[in-house]
Amino acid sequence: MDTEFFNTGIINAIGGGFLIGTSAVLMMLLNGRIAGISGIFFQLSKPTQKPMWQLAFIVGLLGGAFLYFHFTNQAYPHVLFSWELAIVGGFIVGVGTRLSSGCTSGHGVCGISRFSPRSIVATLVFMSTGIFTASLFSLID
Amino acid sequence: MKLSQIIVSLVSGMLFGIGLALSGMMDPKIVTAFLNPFGDWNYSLAFVMASAISVTAPAFYFIFKKNKPILDDSFYVSDLKNIDKKLLIGGALFGIGWGIYGLCPGPAIAQLFSYQPEIIIFVFAMMGGMLATEKLSR
Repeated sequence: MDTEFFNTGIINAIGGGFLIGTSAVLMMLLNGRIAGISGIFFQLSKPTQKPMWQLAFIVGLLGGAFLYFHFTNQAYPHVLFSWELAIVGGFIVGVGTRLSSGCTSGHGVCGISRFSPRSIVATLVFMSTGIFTASLFSLID
Repeated sequence: MKLSQIIVSLVSGMLFGIGLALSGMMDPKIVTAFLNPFGDWNYSLAFVMASAISVTAPAFYFIFKKNKPILDDSFYVSDLKNIDKKLLIGGALFGIGWGIYGLCPGPAIAQLFSYQPEIIIFVFAMMGGMLATEKLSR
């Protein structure tokens, strides 16, 4: 049922979003925690505080993606750009998510869902600069 | 920290990882095409956030009517309301980094088992950026 608008990509996006949403609901309902990846990942840099649930979440994240690609017989999607650009992009993402205390998951999904004004603003800002940057880069290529 | 909470985190992390892999968010080609509406726009990723929020928004509404989560004594949720410079600059920078490489934190980390050197470098650089920010803002 691949029509012009309602294609496989959109069905997968809806299914994936549903699983991400379910994950965030479980974290809040049972543990009272925001499923925000940048914050969870950053806590791993503080081993003295024993970030056990954070470690479990990240292990699950890696395992879940691995199982998906393994059982659907697909390769992991390939990166597009050089390792030099990976340093630049990764570093800026790290600085930005730390300064604004969240990323696509913490602000974009969880924050918007509890109508946090900070998250709504952050999401509008990172979507705008993301679109600006990617559009600009597509001209350079 | 109870064992049950750690198991919940592990299972939630797995659901999140499967969701990211299925959604297309882990493919920089799809992400950069989504972030470029002026080119050959791939709008499918708009449905990831829309679909996720359609699950979380109504669920959170009912969850926050309770005074605590099932396995813990309180909700760990920020009640900050101020829109400050840090939030705006941070959000702007995050978007720029996302637009440059087509990976936000979740998909980058979930890609680690692909063993692409660029991914490992990206994740280390991301942690470097986080640690540098933490150090300078103290």
